[in-house]
Amino acid sequence: MLTLRLLSIMVFLTRVEHFNAAHKLFNPNWSREKNDEVFGRCANENWHGHNFELFVTVKGTPDPDTGFIVDAKLLSKIIKDHVIEKLDHRNLNLDVDFMKGKMCSIENLVIGIWNELEPLMPPAVRLHCIKLVETPRIFVEYFG
Amino acid sequence: MDRKVAVFRKEHFNAAHRLHNPAWSDEMNQKVFGKCNLPHYHGHNYELIVKVTGVPDPQTGYVMDMKVLSDIIKAEVVDRFDHRNLNLDTLEFRDLNPTAENIVVVIYDLLRKEIDSQFDLKVTLYETPRNFVEYPA
Repeated sequence: MLTLRLLSIMVFLTRVEHFNAAHKLFNPNWSREKNDEVFGRCANENWHGHNFELFVTVKGTPDPDTGFIVDAKLLSKIIKDHVIEKLDHRNLNLDVDFMKGKMCSIENLVIGIWNELEPLMPPAVRLHCIKLVETPRIFVEYFG
Repeated sequence: MDRKVAVFRKEHFNAAHRLHNPAWSDEMNQKVFGKCNLPHYHGHNYELIVKVTGVPDPQTGYVMDMKVLSDIIKAEVVDRFDHRNLNLDTLEFRDLNPTAENIVVVIYDLLRKEIDSQFDLKVTLYETPRNFVEYPA
């Protein structure tokens, strides 16, 4: 009875990580004037930067032996090894393989991070949401 | 009433930078500054807290008009550094390593000349939510 009840329970667990990076919003197919008009200060030639906060939410059922849906330390290691290592103290336009050829908006970045992490999730959980906070006033969420 | 009161104004700017000492070899720079020395820059959301201390004016009740203080910070700091590369786009850090320590002293000097000398001034600068500096110490 207890096992059945636990099996039907879905819990969301979120791991928070952070990275600091430079970027710019610039469409190479447009003129400098058009870029300035659309992206304003974010198009600054020599980059600007942010402290990004990354919230990775997975969903699953608590394991009867551990009480965990996933080992949070393992989840942290996956995020650090495959995402933070590529992004932290980097230039998002120049240094990040999964952003090559894409506009460097947080919308595209959150999709890129999802695509990196989704295949790496441990079997017991599914990736539910990635929230990426660019400034204390701007953030995006992606649910796959 | 002649008791001193401190008033605070918060502002923010987003900027790119890298830490690099041109007098050192690349190896030495990487050893000392680590990831902060990576060549293509990185960046931060800088949060700035400006503290002005003085006796409230008996006519207005203000230490200083916060709109005036906000305008000074915007003109002297935010317009200068927001969405810029501190190393490449500013005169202040052309020959000065843009560490949080150096940035806070530069900001203090920019503001000090605009704020009446009867007031004490202190600047706190957050480089990340976990790293922040204060000047004067």
